Amino acid sequence: MKMNIKNLNLYYGDHQALYDVSLEVPENHVVALIGPSGCGKSTFLRTLNRMNDLIEGVRIDGEIQLDGESIYQENMDLVELRKRVGMVFQRPNPFPMSIYDNVAYGCRVHGLNDRKKLDEIVERSLRGAALWDEVKDRLKSSAMGMSGGQQQRLCIARVMAVEPEVVLMDEPCSALDPISTMKIEEMVAELKKKYTIVMVTHNMQQAARVSDETAFFLNGKLIEHDKTDVIFTKPRDKKTEDYITGRFG
Amino acid sequence: MKKTRQEYIRDLQTVQDKVAIMGETARQALHKAMKSLMESDRMLAEEVMKADDAIDDMIIDIEDYCLLLIAKQQPIAHDLRVIATGFKISTDIERIGDHAYDIAKTAMSFDAAWELDKLQKISSLGDYAEAMLEKAIEAYRRRDVVMADEVRKMDQGMDDLVTKTFYMLSGMVTEVAERQKQITQLLFVSRFLERIGDHAVNIAEWIIYLETAERIHTQKHTKTSV
Repeated sequence: MKMNIKNLNLYYGDHQALYDVSLEVPENHVVALIGPSGCGKSTFLRTLNRMNDLIEGVRIDGEIQLDGESIYQENMDLVELRKRVGMVFQRPNPFPMSIYDNVAYGCRVHGLNDRKKLDEIVERSLRGAALWDEVKDRLKSSAMGMSGGQQQRLCIARVMAVEPEVVLMDEPCSALDPISTMKIEEMVAELKKKYTIVMVTHNMQQAARVSDETAFFLNGKLIEHDKTDVIFTKPRDKKTEDYITGRFG
Repeated sequence: MKKTRQEYIRDLQTVQDKVAIMGETARQALHKAMKSLMESDRMLAEEVMKADDAIDDMIIDIEDYCLLLIAKQQPIAHDLRVIATGFKISTDIERIGDHAYDIAKTAMSFDAAWELDKLQKISSLGDYAEAMLEKAIEAYRRRDVVMADEVRKMDQGMDDLVTKTFYMLSGMVTEVAERQKQITQLLFVSRFLERIGDHAVNIAEWIIYLETAERIHTQKHTKTSV
């Protein structure tokens, strides 16, 4: 297992947001997290690279392991952790700089300044994000002039540039048009050959199309986790079936 | 939790209602076809043959309705099985309608004024096939897996009846040579009725899939030699 989450509880002050969640994330798999708004899936996603540490009053107990090592151990280097477990957010958030500099940013932060190596990384990452052909002639242009779909793929390229092992995606297509969404989905199918992906999505068809496994959250609890083929054809729990078929909202 | 997609839920129920109505129409066609055969009622036979067009229209209506639902609603899980089994069961019913047509067509040239006790066996076979179909449709209407399983179990009884009928009729071929045409016609009818029983079993298997998502296939027992 690439990541192993055991008996995870999370509290925002007095409010408990996650209840005893246990989930295994296999390497080179895409795991989709689904559930209604407020069910805890994004909160859960953010625990996987300790993004919740930035929120005041958050308390966590339980265990989250990356390659068998606890990511909540005291001496964990958070910069290193977030390099290994990268994140793509709901809304594309390119930096106000050139396309090239956006992709090279993480590598530079990690001390790489060799121009030739950076060129190689930028091209490889943009190709991996299915964006190279669209931007190769304007790498010095501002990323802010790109379309939303291009910006999101740029953000994915930026994550890939530092060669993470796990990529967390928090509704990566929710602000995109159908064509851009399809491009991202096709890219995810390619990315999983190299990376492990955990994706929050509100789009049931997207979860069914792109993921190998699906986990259904409700009211902070993991209700059901199984192969996506099973979840979308014969889920065990009626609550899962009611949710995926749109019976409650 | 508030229920959503009420119109969609009604649409799924409509699929089931349309298929059940089609099933009942085919059952009536079978009943009338057998009656027309037993009573040499050619007007009734003609009525059954004409009514087959209505059954053919029903399957097109059901297929169109299901395709539109898939396109518009992207059904999954049990919802998808409602639609998938709607397709499959309506196909079985359409074939049953075709066999009822075949029996009615046989009735158009069949002389029933002949050894009534022999005809009785065919009539019983027809009653048995109709009972299987009626139970299958009711099980579908109720989404009743137990009742569907009872239909599957009736298949052995159908096979036994068909075998007995076959031996009775084949034994008569040499005894009453002047009746060979009728005997051959009845052999065909017994075959049509056996196939109707098989389609009823298919419907039962689809009901079980609809409710459990488990694919099962009824093992045929000793096959008839017809």
